Amino acid sequence: MATGAEVDLRTRLQNWLPKLVLSPSLAMIFVFVYGFILFTVYVSFTDSRILPFVDKNGQTTYELIGFSNYEKLFSLSHWDISVMNMAIYAGLYIVICTFIGLLLAILLDQKIRGEGFIRPIFLYPMALSFIVTGTAWKWMLDPAIGFENIVQGWGWTTFTFDWIKNRDFAIYTVILAAVWQSSGFTMAMFLAGLRGIDTEILKAAQMDGASNWNLYRRIIIPQLRPAFLSAFVILAHLAIKTFDLVIAMTGGGPGRATELPATFMYSYTFSRNQMGIGAASAVIMLMTIAAIMIPYLYSELRERKS
Amino acid sequence: MSIASQDAGIRTGRVARTFIYLVLLLFALFYLLPLYVMLVNSVKPLSEITGGGMMSLPQVWTLEPWAKAWSTAQIGVEPTGLRPYFWNSISMVVPAVAISTILGALNGYVLTKWRFRGDTILFGLMLFACFIPFQIVLIPMAAVLGTLGLSGTTAGLVLVHLVYGIGFSTLYFRNYYAVFPTELVRAAQIDGAGFFRIFWRILLPSSGPISVVCVIWQFTNIWNDFLFGASFASGDGAPMTVALNNLVQSSTGVKEYNVHFAGAILAALPTLLVYIVAGRYFVRGLMAGSVKG
Repeated sequence: MATGAEVDLRTRLQNWLPKLVLSPSLAMIFVFVYGFILFTVYVSFTDSRILPFVDKNGQTTYELIGFSNYEKLFSLSHWDISVMNMAIYAGLYIVICTFIGLLLAILLDQKIRGEGFIRPIFLYPMALSFIVTGTAWKWMLDPAIGFENIVQGWGWTTFTFDWIKNRDFAIYTVILAAVWQSSGFTMAMFLAGLRGIDTEILKAAQMDGASNWNLYRRIIIPQLRPAFLSAFVILAHLAIKTFDLVIAMTGGGPGRATELPATFMYSYTFSRNQMGIGAASAVIMLMTIAAIMIPYLYSELRERKS
Repeated sequence: MSIASQDAGIRTGRVARTFIYLVLLLFALFYLLPLYVMLVNSVKPLSEITGGGMMSLPQVWTLEPWAKAWSTAQIGVEPTGLRPYFWNSISMVVPAVAISTILGALNGYVLTKWRFRGDTILFGLMLFACFIPFQIVLIPMAAVLGTLGLSGTTAGLVLVHLVYGIGFSTLYFRNYYAVFPTELVRAAQIDGAGFFRIFWRILLPSSGPISVVCVIWQFTNIWNDFLFGASFASGDGAPMTVALNNLVQSSTGVKEYNVHFAGAILAALPTLLVYIVAGRYFVRGLMAGSVKG
């Protein structure tokens, strides 16, 4: 009898063990991700300015103020500029990365000699920190020592290239560095897509005398739809998260010319002591990313099931 | 070029091929340019850079900027160089990568071989956690680290990176184990092997490649992180990226571009080395993180 009970206990333990093993990770995710999200949402409805939330006497340092932070946020020109910059930045970043990525993938797919040598060169920027990338581009674009100075040294003394110091153009220099960093990665996504295309259809079309141009336009590129979708989702979410690159290159300046929502959130929360507004801006960022990621992840997980 | 290989793909003429190689070469130069600039300017005296020679090879070669960036440059208020921060990063990355990879492997194992009701939803919740903008957790995390007395410490950053690294490590192992034959697991179960024994004896021995992918991905991500480092450990406990940024942005004294470039390479070196040694796995990790299908 005793052994029977023992076996019973063991099987019960074995049944519980998988869930037990999973539970610490789940607990961490629930507390540090979802719990924290709720917490930040809560903070966004308060007039909190700085940490901690409770002072030495056990008094809370904040009051609930409803949607005031959101109203204030949307009336701030600083936030307006950040959002506008994000629209320019994300739009161009996604379009240019997709274009360069697709172009390079198609070119690399032409049975290129030395592909194994070229591909890593296109991709290595992805392994670097944005701070490193930002530092390199910051000084290369700096009028005093970078391209402007070099071209002037060649004899073209009136040449100017001061975009990084120019309010109207600084955001484009950030786009340049960001494209440099992630276009190779986009190339890899498209290349994987190209390598997965059925060559039988291509052969048939070639037999019918289709030109290369038509082959790509009519048959190959339409088949890359999943790769386009992945590239869009990944690039969009990278764009919204962009923070380090701006800090390293321009610090948000000149003026506010390169402020993005992420830098806005950081400065309102940690240096301007306007934590409630910082929290509200973080909530807006999360909602934007969720609007892109949730449908994507949902469809990915559903596909795998079927 | 053999007839067979031409038959299998797109046919291109001689002129077109020359053009293709030219475009590829130009892009290769574009991608290599910043690396070239960082390398050559890190080994030349400052006067050559300010004198308009950023693109030229050094006239005088010197390792002074490297030495300075490593051990004597002013970071914040102390002239310590980047060395202590490099070690901060190492002692942050190693435990965070190790623990998140082990947990990811176990999670992936449970989610594929010990399935239960609602496991896909739980996985979806873990997956979404990979993609949140981390701004949404900065405020509560700062409060929690402050309460635990971990603000500004490497231990605090290990906790942060561990928590936000689990999603990706679980993703990798789950997708890898999903195609691992479940029959082997069932057979071992019938033979009386338990949960951990099956993992240890059957799944783990064939988990080499995905472990490498996961370790490289986590290593690169955590090493390169700036947001958490800047938010929770900007002082003595700062990681390498934060220290590099402090070095480059410091507004006092002459801007020593050559030291900045040497520092940038120092900060890039670990991930760059990993990329050179195991780039294949790095790319696999990138792809698995984006194209989940």
